[in-house]
Amino acid sequence: MAENQGRGAPREVSQKPIQRWAGKDILGIQEMSVAEIELILDTAASFKEVSTREIKKVPTLRGKTVINLFYEASTRTRTSFEIAGKRLSADTINISASSSSVVKGETLIDTAKNLEAMKPDCIVIRHSAAGAPHLLARLMDVPVINAGDGAHEHPTQALLDLLTVKEKVGRLAGLKVAIVGDILHSRVARSNIWGFIKMGAEVHAAGPRTMKPADVERMGVHWHTSLREVIPIADVIMMLRIQLERQEGGFFPTLREYSRLFGLNMEVMMAAKPGVLIMHPGPMNRGVEISPEVADGPFSVILDQVTNGVAVRMALLYLLVGGEKESERSSL
Amino acid sequence: MSLLFRNARVIDPASEIDGRMDVLVEGDKIVEIGPAIPESRIKLSSPATDSKDPFLPGGGIIDCAGKILAPGLFDLHCHLREPGFEYKETIESGSRAGAAGGFTSLVCMANTSPVNDCRAVTEYILRQARERACTHVFPVGAVTKGLKGESLAEMAELKDAGAVAFSDDGKPVMNSSLFRRALEYARGIGMTIISHCEDLSLTGQGVMNEGFVSTTLGLRGIPNAAEEIMVLRDIALAELTGASLHVAHVSAAGSVRAVREAKRRGIKVTAETAPHYFSLTDEAVLGFDPNTKMSPPLRKAEDVQAVIEGLKDGTLDAIATDHAPQSAVEKDVEFDYAANGIIGLETALPLTLKLVHDGHLTLMEAIAKLTVHPAGILGLEKGRLKVGADADITLIDLEREYTVEVGQFKSRSRNSPFQGWKLKGAAVMTVVSGKVVFRAA
Repeated sequence: MAENQGRGAPREVSQKPIQRWAGKDILGIQEMSVAEIELILDTAASFKEVSTREIKKVPTLRGKTVINLFYEASTRTRTSFEIAGKRLSADTINISASSSSVVKGETLIDTAKNLEAMKPDCIVIRHSAAGAPHLLARLMDVPVINAGDGAHEHPTQALLDLLTVKEKVGRLAGLKVAIVGDILHSRVARSNIWGFIKMGAEVHAAGPRTMKPADVERMGVHWHTSLREVIPIADVIMMLRIQLERQEGGFFPTLREYSRLFGLNMEVMMAAKPGVLIMHPGPMNRGVEISPEVADGPFSVILDQVTNGVAVRMALLYLLVGGEKESERSSL
Repeated sequence: MSLLFRNARVIDPASEIDGRMDVLVEGDKIVEIGPAIPESRIKLSSPATDSKDPFLPGGGIIDCAGKILAPGLFDLHCHLREPGFEYKETIESGSRAGAAGGFTSLVCMANTSPVNDCRAVTEYILRQARERACTHVFPVGAVTKGLKGESLAEMAELKDAGAVAFSDDGKPVMNSSLFRRALEYARGIGMTIISHCEDLSLTGQGVMNEGFVSTTLGLRGIPNAAEEIMVLRDIALAELTGASLHVAHVSAAGSVRAVREAKRRGIKVTAETAPHYFSLTDEAVLGFDPNTKMSPPLRKAEDVQAVIEGLKDGTLDAIATDHAPQSAVEKDVEFDYAANGIIGLETALPLTLKLVHDGHLTLMEAIAKLTVHPAGILGLEKGRLKVGADADITLIDLEREYTVEVGQFKSRSRNSPFQGWKLKGAAVMTVVSGKVVFRAA
C-alpha cells in the first residue's frame, strides 16, 4: 500500500538524497518520497544535454526493449516516450490498442503475459481505466511505467512539470501553484497536487464546483471556485484541458460560460504576479481555457514542458532499466 | 434416524431460550428440547448406516460441550446463479457453500438467465434444489418481466409455483409508478417486495463510493444519495400502498435513518445489511482489488458506524450475505470493467460474530438477525428451535480461530475481499431437515 496514503501534508524537503531507484515501477507520485522525486529531477536535468547534441543519442540502453502500450490516444506522451527510449539507444515498440478489446478480444492480463513472454525490459502503459498499470505491475516482473491511467495519475507529466518549474524559478518549496479547470477528471491535477505539495509548494485549485473531487482538500489542496481569486497569488498557473463532452454530463452549461468564468486571457492576466509561469499539459483548447495570446505569450512555459518531458522519461527509463539498477542486478 | 445433541448451549431467539440443554431430532423434526435427554430416547433404527456416516463417527449422539446450538441460519439474500451462470455457481455448489457457512436456508434472487419471472424457471430452481441442494432453497421471483422495469411479472403465478418474495435485485425499478403498482399488487396477494435501492442516474458510471478514496484513486464515485433517494422513495410508496417493503443491502447512513424513521411511523418496512457493509470501508478499494467492488459500494467509516447502530437498535432486522459469485473472467480485469459482487456465504457468520466479540450485539441478537428475523420477513416458519419444527440446526464454535482461505471455499467462485483475514467463530456442524450436511474437520 502507498506509503503516504491519504496524507496531504508536505514532507521535509531535506531528506537524505538517494543514488538509485529502489522500486520496480513508476505508478504514481502519491507513493513517491521526496528523495525519489529529487533523484528523478536531478537525473532528468543531466539528460537534457543529450537532446541538444548534434547526434542525440547515447548508448546507455543499447540492447534493451521498451514497449509503449497505449490503450488511449496520445500524441505527446507516446512520442515523448519513444524519443526518450531512442535517445538512450533502446529499441522502442509502440502498440496502440483499443480499450474496447476488453469487451471483445484479449484481456489486459493476457496481453501483459504475452508481451512479457517476449522479454521486454520495460512496459509503458496508458489506459483509460484507473489502476490498469497497477494490475500489470502486480503480474509482471518487468518494470511498468504509468503513462496515465484514467483520472488517477499521470506521474511523468507531474515530474516534467516539477522539473520545468524548478528550472525556471530555481526552487519548488514555498511556491504557490494554481491548477485551474476540470480537477475531477484530471490525472494531471492529481499527480501535480501530490508532487508540488510533497516538494513544499502550496497548491490552489479552482474550477466549477461540479468538477471538484469529493474531499479534495484532504489531499492538502486549497479550493477556490473563482479563477480571479487564485490569479493574484499564484507563482505558477496550470490550466487544464476542458473536454466538450463534460457539457453533456451537466458539469457546465456551455463552453462559452466555462470560458467566461475559467478561461485564462490577457484581461485576467492583468492581475497576475510579474514573472508568473503559465503551464498547460496539452492538448490545448485555444480560446476556451486559454487564449492564444496567453498560450504564446512571454510567461508561457508550455513548450519547455514538452522539452522536459523527453528528459524526464529518459531519466525514468535509465533509472528503471539501465545504469545503477543494472549493475545492482548483475552484482547479485 | 435420530440425532441427540448433548450439552449444548441452546440459543433460540424466537423463544428467547439461552441455556444448557439437549436437543433430540427424529427424522426431519425436532422432537424434544430439554435438560439431560437420556440416550435411551435415541432410536438407532439403522446403527450400521449411522456409524458409517463420515459426518457422524459417534453414531447419532453428538457431544456439543462448549458449542452453541442455534436454529439453522437463514440467508435472506443470495445469488445461486442457476440457471444460466453455472460457471459461477450452481444451486448444488451454492448450497454446499451455504452449509459450510452454517446456512440451512437460502433465498436466491431472480437475476438468473433466463430471469426467474415465470413458473417454469421457479419450478426448475425448486427441482434442482430438491435433487441437488443440501439446504432449503427459496426462490425470489422477479418484479418485472426480464428485470427490465417495464411491466409486471406474473406474480400470482410465481407465488403459486413457490416464489417467496419478489425482487428485481441487481437493479432498481426506476419507474416510480410501476413500482407503486408492484407494491399494491404484491400486497393484494400477501407478498413482500425486496427492493434494490439505487438511483441509476446518480450512479452513472460510478464504480465505488464517492469520497476521498475515490478522489485519490481517480475512480468515478457513487454518492450515498444514490441509495438514500430510492430508500426514501420506496418508503413513501410503501406508505402510500400499505404494502410490505423490504430494503435490501443497506449501506448508507441516510438509508438507516430513513428506515428508522419509517418504522417509528409504523410503515411496513424491514431492512437488511450485509457483513461487508459493517466490516469494510471504501479504503479497502485502495490497491484497485476488484473483489472490493459491489453494488451498493463499500462506504465510509461513518456509514459503517451507522449500519452497526442500525443493527443494534433493530432498524436493520436482518443480516444477509448478498452472496454474489463471479468468476475470474468477470473479476480479473481492470477495476472499471470488473463485475459487481462478492461471495459471502462462508464468511457471513464469523463476520457477524465479530460484532458480538466487539460488544456491538449480544449473541442472541446476532443469531436472531441470521435466523428468525429474516425468515419472519418472508413469513416463513424457519429459523426457530421448537418441538415439531423442522430440524434445521447450526452448531457454532465461538472460539474457533482460523485464517480465511478462499481456495478452501465450497463455492465455485473465489471473489472474496476477506482472503487472509483472521476470524473467530464458525459453524462446525450444519443439519438440514435432520440430516448432517456439513461437519467441520
